Amino acid sequence: MKHTISVLVENHFGVLAHVAGLFSARGFNIDSLAVGETQDPSVSRMTIIVHGDDQVVEQIIKQLDKLVDVIKVEDITQDDIIERELVLIKVKASAETRGDVMQIVNTFRAKIVDVNPQSLSIEATGGESKVDAMLELLRPLGLIEVVRTGLIAMARRKQLEVPSKEGPAKKKSSRAPSTKKKGTV
Amino acid sequence: MKLTGAQIMIKCLENEGVEYLFGIPGGVILPTFDALYDSKKLKFILVRHEQGGTHMADGYARATGRPGVCMVTSGPGATNTVTGLATAFMDSIPLVCVAGQVVTQAIGSDAFQEADVTGITRSVTKHNFLVKDVRDLARTVREAFCIATTGRPGPVVIDFPVDVSRAETEFVWPKNVYIRGYHPKLHLRPSAATKKQIQEAAQAIMESKRPCLYVGGGAIASDAHKEVFELVNKTGIPITTTVLGLGIFPEDHPSSLRMLGMHGTHYANYSVQGSDLLIAVGARFDDRVTGKIDKFAPQAKIVHIDIDPASISKVVKVHYPIVGDIRAVLRVLNPLVRDLRPQIAPWLEQIAEWKKKYPMKHNKQVGTEIHPDDVIEKIGEITEHKAVVVTGVGQHQMWTAQWYGFRKPRTMITSGGLGTMGFGFPAAIGAKLGCPDKTVFCIDGDGSFQMTITELATAVYFKVPVKVVIMDNGHHGMVRQWQQLFYRGRYSGSQTFMINPNFSKVAEAYGAYAITISKQDEVIPALKKILAYNNGPAILHCRVAREDNVFPMVPAGHALDQVMDMA
Repeated sequence: MKHTISVLVENHFGVLAHVAGLFSARGFNIDSLAVGETQDPSVSRMTIIVHGDDQVVEQIIKQLDKLVDVIKVEDITQDDIIERELVLIKVKASAETRGDVMQIVNTFRAKIVDVNPQSLSIEATGGESKVDAMLELLRPLGLIEVVRTGLIAMARRKQLEVPSKEGPAKKKSSRAPSTKKKGTV
Repeated sequence: MKLTGAQIMIKCLENEGVEYLFGIPGGVILPTFDALYDSKKLKFILVRHEQGGTHMADGYARATGRPGVCMVTSGPGATNTVTGLATAFMDSIPLVCVAGQVVTQAIGSDAFQEADVTGITRSVTKHNFLVKDVRDLARTVREAFCIATTGRPGPVVIDFPVDVSRAETEFVWPKNVYIRGYHPKLHLRPSAATKKQIQEAAQAIMESKRPCLYVGGGAIASDAHKEVFELVNKTGIPITTTVLGLGIFPEDHPSSLRMLGMHGTHYANYSVQGSDLLIAVGARFDDRVTGKIDKFAPQAKIVHIDIDPASISKVVKVHYPIVGDIRAVLRVLNPLVRDLRPQIAPWLEQIAEWKKKYPMKHNKQVGTEIHPDDVIEKIGEITEHKAVVVTGVGQHQMWTAQWYGFRKPRTMITSGGLGTMGFGFPAAIGAKLGCPDKTVFCIDGDGSFQMTITELATAVYFKVPVKVVIMDNGHHGMVRQWQQLFYRGRYSGSQTFMINPNFSKVAEAYGAYAITISKQDEVIPALKKILAYNNGPAILHCRVAREDNVFPMVPAGHALDQVMDMA
């Protein structure tokens, strides 16, 4: 079964390596992994799509949760979620087939972002099934290049809260002064 | 006042209460060693190989319960620690390893003695850090010690670039550690939800007819021996331990089933297989314990108490999961259970019958040959089962587990998870430094001992009075045993008798006290001699029977009750 796992991680170097390394070391397969900064610049969100039975997914979540740089992990598969993926597609388009391509693009409410004598470049967003369906229709016309971002997902109502970096508000934690620059994961 | 990164590192180690540092200096860690020169609190143990240093830190940690600390240079210094880190990681031992690193600007440029240490150690540590800014240093060291010692303990690496060690900043010792993705304190006080789960487990225990306790290294890490003893004493539930759990409960107690698993007793394995409720405490269902997993404890419901949620239901399905520190959980559990002896009397009778019918058997005495199991039993008697015993890996390790007769926690120190040959001798040095008042024995094999034999120099120089007993059977004995039993006696690569050195002469060349014996009646006098020598390491080289086997044995991939034994 497909699971959508939303993970909040510290936004500094080495974190992606820790997460990716965990998957390879324990033999878990990732379908896709998308990562980017959240509203709090010190925190990144990873959306990880995995296939596996419940026991495997339970282990994945527990092992992710053990990583020190992982702040929160949640399997949001069962929630009411918005899932989107961005895909860029370069497809063969001669004078004869250009019309067919345009029709497919319009049907899926995608956009043509570049035009060449031999090809068209398309930008599309949507859930996995929409993107897959569109690619299937375009495939017979000749796909030249496909670039997908992997799914990102957000629950409609609740949110994964980001705990403050300094700890619970009441306690004053003393830290050595630091001017950490914005890190890349 | 401003301090350099190197001075801050040393101050932090002092503030953390570190007693010994094990390691070897080198290029990029020099500023830190220079700062160490001024320290009055830290004692530096110069080792001969970084692997030995990590095992010493590991032995120190296992014997004392305090974190072991190593300091090494970049590149080869750091890569040499990998086996030691992996050993500690598999057995959940708190270590902090400070590794020098090339200047931050040169990282990734294949500089001299550069290695991607955070990359290499990622999968063998609980966590690792690369410090890029001296202002983060004190907090990083503090966090490293916190992570290593709390929750499920484990090794932590701090990769420490040389320019950071030279940079200056104001030293501020962080009072609190707060890591927003890491909350080990939750496990120390069972929550209401956990208490409810403990109650359910208690109910299951009270209703069981054939309960069995299976206790592992987690109970020792949690210092829960009193609570474990109370649970057994109060309820009468029989108890078996893993190799890392040895010592948590006295093996001469009638409730003890001794060790289970591949080389466990018949009665421990039969009890687990026959139980209707298996209570796993700080153990992780390792394949050397469970045998064939789908035939493991077929009739049992399983209670699993562990601090690591990821351990629960990883290998077997658990019916009563309890996440928490063992001692904290048992303190809640113990008042909820009562004496079960009347209710489980038939079960206890059955176990008594197994004990009578399938006792542990010694190798047959032929002529004057020395048999390792016999030597180990004698070491147990002569030390009144109180010594700290450290082993290498192989037959001698299993014989030690079977024959020493452990009575006290933190007296069995062995590489259980990774099975690291060469662990024993350096770990014994670390254990002795940590527990100077205890007798520390290293029971080793000729194969294991030679993997870290160089540390004789360390033990001699620092006059560490460890007692080393080498069971020299001229083979990689466990490999030979498997080849005899499962590979038609084709001893491929397992014979060492023609290439072994004269161990006494080697030890004497290093300046150690050494004796060689080859007859059974020499064992006791020789043990007395090495016990009397306290001016440094004492080596007893025993030439033992070449082809003794470790029995009982459950062959790999078999159910736990399919036990092979000697004729």
